[in-house]
Amino acid sequence: MTPELERILLKVQKPARYTGGEYNEVIKDKQDVDIRMAFCFPDTYEIGMSNLGLQILYGAINEEPGMWCERCFAPWGDMEQEMRAAGIPLYALESGDPIGEFDAIGFSLGYEMAFTSVLNMLDLAGVPVRSADRHQLTPLVFAGGTSCINPEPMADFIDLFVLGEGEELDIQVLKLLREAKREGWSKKDFLRRAMEIPGVYVPGAYTPVYGEDGTLAAVEREAGAPERVTKRIIEDLDTAYFPTKCVIPSTEIVHDRVVLEVMRGCVRGCRFCQAGFAYRPVRRHGTEFLLEKARAALENSGYEEITLSSLSTSDFKGLPQLADGLLSWCEPRKISLSLPSLRADNFSMSLMERVQKVRKSGLTFAPEAGSQRLRDVINKNVTEEALLNSCRIAFEGGWNTLKLYFMLGLPTETDEDVVAIARLAEQVLHTWRQYASNKSRGVKITVSTSMFVPKPHTPFQWESQVDVEEYLRRVRLLRESITSRSIVYNWHEPHVSLIEAALSRGDRRVGGVIEEVWKNGGRLDSWTDYFSMDRWLEAFAECGLSPEFYALRRRGNDELFPWDVIDVGVTKKYLAREREEAYAGRVTPDCRVKCMGCGANRLLERRSCDE
Amino acid sequence: MSRLLFRKTGRAKFISHLDLMRTMQRIFIRAGLKVRHTEGFNPHPYMNFALPLSVGTESECELMDFELTEAADPDAIPALLNRVSPEGIEALKVYDSARKFKEIKWLDIEARLFYDNKTREAERLREFFAAPAIVMEKKTKRSVSDTDIVPLISALQVTDLTDGLALISARLAAQDPGLSPAQLISALEQRAPELAPDHAAFRRIEVYDKDMVLFR
Ligand code: SF4
Repeated sequence: MTPELERILLKVQKPARYTGGEYNEVIKDKQDVDIRMAFCFPDTYEIGMSNLGLQILYGAINEEPGMWCERCFAPWGDMEQEMRAAGIPLYALESGDPIGEFDAIGFSLGYEMAFTSVLNMLDLAGVPVRSADRHQLTPLVFAGGTSCINPEPMADFIDLFVLGEGEELDIQVLKLLREAKREGWSKKDFLRRAMEIPGVYVPGAYTPVYGEDGTLAAVEREAGAPERVTKRIIEDLDTAYFPTKCVIPSTEIVHDRVVLEVMRGCVRGCRFCQAGFAYRPVRRHGTEFLLEKARAALENSGYEEITLSSLSTSDFKGLPQLADGLLSWCEPRKISLSLPSLRADNFSMSLMERVQKVRKSGLTFAPEAGSQRLRDVINKNVTEEALLNSCRIAFEGGWNTLKLYFMLGLPTETDEDVVAIARLAEQVLHTWRQYASNKSRGVKITVSTSMFVPKPHTPFQWESQVDVEEYLRRVRLLRESITSRSIVYNWHEPHVSLIEAALSRGDRRVGGVIEEVWKNGGRLDSWTDYFSMDRWLEAFAECGLSPEFYALRRRGNDELFPWDVIDVGVTKKYLAREREEAYAGRVTPDCRVKCMGCGANRLLERRSCDE
Repeated sequence: MSRLLFRKTGRAKFISHLDLMRTMQRIFIRAGLKVRHTEGFNPHPYMNFALPLSVGTESECELMDFELTEAADPDAIPALLNRVSPEGIEALKVYDSARKFKEIKWLDIEARLFYDNKTREAERLREFFAAPAIVMEKKTKRSVSDTDIVPLISALQVTDLTDGLALISARLAAQDPGLSPAQLISALEQRAPELAPDHAAFRRIEVYDKDMVLFR
C-alpha cells in the first residue's frame, strides 16, 4: 500500500473496503503471470462482494495458470474525492496496482442503474470511457452480466461483451488476448478474431440505422460479424468451477454467508421476469455434489449461515434430501440455513418451519398481482387459496410479520386489480385473526409495490410502462383501499423505475445520455444518495431523446429491437405467443408439466432441459 | 480463561473494532476451535478484547480473552489460527491468565509524524512535550473541559528518522483516563499548529500495569 493511499484511507468512511487483504484473496507472483485482469463491479464493495457471479468468475479465472484476476469496486463519494485530489488512480484490491495498466478490465453489469459507475470507474482508472478512444490492445474493456442481454446502451464504451455464463467464455477471451499480446496484434485484429468465439458480441462491428420514427430500421455489420450472438451456458453444472474458497470480507457486507447455487434457470415462466427467460434452460447440480461443496464452503469461510440460491428453490428436485443433509450437518455446528425464493406451497412451508426454528423473523411472499385475473396474465401461478394456506401455516407456527410484494402498472391492470391487492392483504390479516397461535404479540403485514419495468427478452418487451403520474394515482388508490392499521403500505419511488425502463430497452443512442449524466456528476445511481431525476432528464434532452420514447412507447409487433442481435435461447416468436396468451388471460404450464417449445433447449448439446 | 496475544498490522489496521470481533469469530471457526457462547436470548461467542484499537492504528500487543468448549493445547493454537487468518492478523501466543484487563495502566506507542515540507522537527517536538503542563481542550458529548495531558505521559522520546519524518516513542496512560497517540497530534494542532504533521501513523507496542510490569 502506498503512503498516499494510507493517508486518504484515514479520512474516509469504512476504509476496510478499500484495502484488500481479506482471507482467501488470491495473490500471485507477477513473474508467473502474463494476463492480468481487473474484475470490476460498478457498485460498492458491500454489494459487489455479495455477488455470487463475482466469486465464481474470480475463482475460475484464478485457477488458470498465468492469469491473475483481481477485484475492484466503485468507491463511495468521499473516497472518490480523496483519490482524485491525491491523484490516486483506481487500483485493484489484491496488488494495489492501477487497473489502467492491466491487460483486461471486465465489468459485471447486473443492473442498468450501475451504468454510470462503469464510466466513472474507467475515468478514475485514467482510461478513456469510449471504446473508439482506446487505440491500444490493452486494457481490453469487456462486460458481462444480466443487463448485457441488451448491450446497446453501453455499446460505445465496451470493446466486447461476453453473453451468458462466463466460466468458460471469459477464460477463452483472456486466452485469445494472451495470444494477441504475444503476437503483437492490433486491437482491431484481436476483436475480429474474438468475434469468432461463440457468445462474444463486438458492438463496434455493428452499426445501427434508425428510421424516421426513431425506431431501429436496420443493423449493418462488418464482414465476419455474426448476424446474431447466442449466449453461452454451462451444460453440466457439476463439471464447472464451483466456489468453495470465497474471499471472506473483513468488514460487514450485504450477504455475509455462504451462498450455495443449486440450479440455474427457472421452469416457471412468469411473463414479467427477465431472469426467468434469460437464464433458461434449467440445469441443476447434483444433491451429493452440493452437500460436499456446502461443507467445504462453510469450513473455508467460518460463516454461520448458508443460503440456497436459485430463481425458485422450491423447484429444485433434490430439495428434501439437500435440506436434510444440510440440516444434519449444520445444526450441531450452530449454522443456520436460510431458504429465500421458496414458493407458497405446503411442502415449502413445512421446510421453513424446520429450518427457522430459532428465528421467526419475517416471511416474504411475492404474489406480484392482487387479482387472480392479473396473476394469470403474468403467469404467476399462485392462487389466493394457496397463499392463504401458507399464511395459515406460518401464523399457526408463530410468525407474526409478513411481507407481500406486488407490482403496479402490469399490462392490462385495472383499478379493480389495484384494489384487489388491498383485499388480498385483508384476507391475510383475516387468516391471522383466525389462526394465529399467539395473538397477543400482534401482527404486521407489509404491502410493497414497485413500478413494473418491461424488460427485453420477456413476453412484455413490447409493452409500455405506465407513466409516473399514473403509477402514483394507483398508489393513492391502493393506499385509500387499505384501511387496517395492521397493514403497512410502502411503495417504491417511480422515477428510478422510469429511467431503468428507458435504459433496459434503450438503443445505442442512449449511451450518449449515460455519458452526459456521468459528465454531470452521475454515478452510483442505484443509491438514492446519488440518483438525480433532473440530471437524467436534462441529459436525455441534451441528446435530443426522451425517456418516454423508450419506457412508455408500446412497440409495434414487427419492430426490430436493439437487443434482437442477442439470442438468449428463447425465441422472439415464443415471446410473442406468450404475450398473446397473456392478453387472453391464459396461463402457460411450467416446463415440467409440458414443454411449450420456447427454444432454449437449442442451447443444450448433450441432454434435454431440466435433466 | 484463555488469552490470545496477537498483532494487527499492515492492511489489517483498517479493520474496525466491530469488524475485528466478527473476523476473529470466523478465524476460530475456520481453525476448527469451538468458542464457548454466552448464555441468554441472543447467544454469541464469548470473546473479550482489551482496549479497543482505533481504525488505522497498528498493534504488536492486542489481547483477547476466550474460552474453548473442548480443551486444546495452547501452544498449538497460534499456528492453527494463523493458517486461516486474513493478512496482518497474527496470533503470537495463547496462555491462561487470570489478570483483569482493567489492571492495564500504561501503553508503549510509536507515532510517525510526516511533514510534507521535509522539515526536521524532533527538537521542537521534544521541547513542546517537555513543557510542565500541556492543557488541551477535551470535548465530551456534553461539555468542553480543559485537561492537562502531561500526567498522562510517563515517558516520551522524539527522533528524526529522515527529513520530514519524526518518530515519537512514548509511554502513555492506557485507560481511566487514557491518552491515545492521536491525542498527541490533537495537542499539537491545538497548542502548536506549526508543529502539527501533515499525516501521522500510530502503532501500539506494549502494555503495562501500574507498576510498569509487562501485562500479560
Ligand atoms: S425448451 Fe421447453 S422445457 Fe426447455 S426451457 Fe423451453 S419450454 Fe421449458
